[in-house]
Amino acid sequence: MTTVPIDWYLILGAVLFTIGVLGVLVRRNIIIIFMSIEIMLNAVNLVFVALARQLHSMDGQVVVFFVMTVAAAEAAVGLAIIIAAFRNRQTLNADELSLLRW
Amino acid sequence: MGPILFCVFAVLLISSALGVIVNRSPVRSALSLVVTLFLLAVIFLFLDAQLVAALQVVVYAGAIMVLFLFVIMLLNVQEDRQIMTRLGMRAGAAIIGALFLLGAIRLLIHAPSAAGGGMTGATPAGFGSTERLAEVLFTRYLLPFEVTSVLLLVAIIGAVVLAKRSLE
Repeated sequence: MTTVPIDWYLILGAVLFTIGVLGVLVRRNIIIIFMSIEIMLNAVNLVFVALARQLHSMDGQVVVFFVMTVAAAEAAVGLAIIIAAFRNRQTLNADELSLLRW
Repeated sequence: MGPILFCVFAVLLISSALGVIVNRSPVRSALSLVVTLFLLAVIFLFLDAQLVAALQVVVYAGAIMVLFLFVIMLLNVQEDRQIMTRLGMRAGAAIIGALFLLGAIRLLIHAPSAAGGGMTGATPAGFGSTERLAEVLFTRYLLPFEVTSVLLLVAIIGAVVLAKRSLE
């Protein structure tokens, strides 16, 4: 079976990352922004796994393992912040949560 | 992974990822993200990363997404009336997206790997297995692994402190 070149995976990763960036830029719902960040993390994971396969090195997969750990920690803290913000401001709109804006 | 199979998965993956950012209802976005994560796990399997694929399903599609859905339903989030609130945002987002994508692909075209040809040959036996990953994780990456445990501890404490109703 012929395999697709590594570049296809890298371009797919770039497309996914761009979708994540667009989500952060366009959406104002803070939970959706958060999910877009997860898409970006996963796009990077895809590139790491593809390059690990290409280079026959386990290092890339270990990095993905660490990225997943950081994503789990980030989700726990981030969602706690979202709940605290919602409790105080009754909104999830990122434009209205401008307390820390200079 | 053959070209046809790859294209099928790439189209499914991109459409489900787009589903996350174009759906007005946050619950639908979250479910779309679960589909995206599952499809990525399948691609990881094709790339000889069995353990990472399993972790992707268990940790990402399982634990993290349950947390997201839990928060969405706990807060009883309303649907957004419209996705893009400001005038000209649509055009701006399109331009930024196109520029970003072009930049990324241009970088890739100039990368040395773009010389062509398929993936490198078959990986050594056991590549991507728990055993091989643990071997690397507990030797070369032992210190980062230990630091990760501190990070998780900090995250737990932070989440508890933030979720408390009042700080005294």
